[in-house]
Amino acid sequence: MEHLEFDFPGRPMPVPARAQVIVGVVSSGNLEVLMEKVSLNGSCHVNVDTVITGFGRIWQAVLSDFFARHALSDVRISINDVGATPAVVGLRLVQALEDLQRGVS
Amino acid sequence: MNAARHSYYEATARQRLAALLDAGSLHEFLGPAARVTSPHLPVLGLPVAFDDGVIVGRGRLEGQPVLAAAQEGGFLGGAVGEVHGAKITGLLERALEEKPQGVLLLLESGGVRLHEANAGLIAVSEILRALLALRAAGIPVVALIGGAYGCFGGMGIVACCCDAIVMSENGRLGLSGPEVIETVAGVEEFDSRDRALVWRTVGGKHRYLLGEAQRLVADDLAEFRAAARELLRAVRPLDLATLEAEQACLAERIARYGDCADAQDVWARLGVQQPERLPLLDEEEFLQTVAPAMVRNKP
Repeated sequence: MEHLEFDFPGRPMPVPARAQVIVGVVSSGNLEVLMEKVSLNGSCHVNVDTVITGFGRIWQAVLSDFFARHALSDVRISINDVGATPAVVGLRLVQALEDLQRGVS
Repeated sequence: MNAARHSYYEATARQRLAALLDAGSLHEFLGPAARVTSPHLPVLGLPVAFDDGVIVGRGRLEGQPVLAAAQEGGFLGGAVGEVHGAKITGLLERALEEKPQGVLLLLESGGVRLHEANAGLIAVSEILRALLALRAAGIPVVALIGGAYGCFGGMGIVACCCDAIVMSENGRLGLSGPEVIETVAGVEEFDSRDRALVWRTVGGKHRYLLGEAQRLVADDLAEFRAAARELLRAVRPLDLATLEAEQACLAERIARYGDCADAQDVWARLGVQQPERLPLLDEEEFLQTVAPAMVRNKP
């Protein structure tokens, strides 16, 4: 297991419909993403727990891409990963953000 | 216009629960943000899930208050660990106080989470105790089984202690799972990779024919919902007469089918015409085909 933490400066976002959402499942090649609206002085924080060690730079790249495409502020993202590919990680992040904003359960 | 089917089998536990209950009615207890995760898995270098693989909560079904739990088979095969089990036990104990219309258990589990050993075993026994206390109080508990991982081990026992079971053909119910039987008794005894053999032995159709599952439904969330709603009205009293009747049923089953080597032999003895065709039929054709035999063999 490897634990990684990332900080991103926030950008103003619309008030989300929900305070928290969870998407995905902790199963092989998949991950769960818990996205929560919390008070972080406008910034964002990401915690990753992954079974695959040594991929910190890839996580940094995938998360940077996500935060470059989407405006988020005061959001904490917590991830339990079982070897999801970068594409699946990107998909789950977008899915979580959509649910947070639209309020889909 | 045909309403599109939404597969129960393919859905996650969260999607199933959302579809089973009235839209937006789910109020989850100890949700993922509470982060009540397994204390045992990190010690073994294994990942945790924020809900420990089970969602428990309160909701409504056609306006009626219900409590419900849904196991996520994708996380460690839905196996019952200490936290996972405590959440289900807590839900059942809460039902005893809240007295909802009933409790729905969306089961998908290989049984005890072996990583957590004794804690998992104790958790299953606690679930059973809470379940029986609830039934003794006359609150119906309905099990729904239709996921990829089936319902085995301790959770197979839990399912059979419920008032009623709803299954799809895809669903599997048993004590020892096919791979366990093969490991213990050899491939000659049971070939767990023979899918036709596995499904005609532990699949939904066979469980329905034996009277263990009260409803066989298509792999469709709406059908599971309709069957659950209906069965919540069918309380099975937990008293001596019920237990004695069940015991008599089991004794009769051994007497009638004890020498059968295959589920097909059982179906033939039930009086089903062309029993070898049963696995090929869709739910509607299947239910029509077996209806005469089911009526004749009603205990």
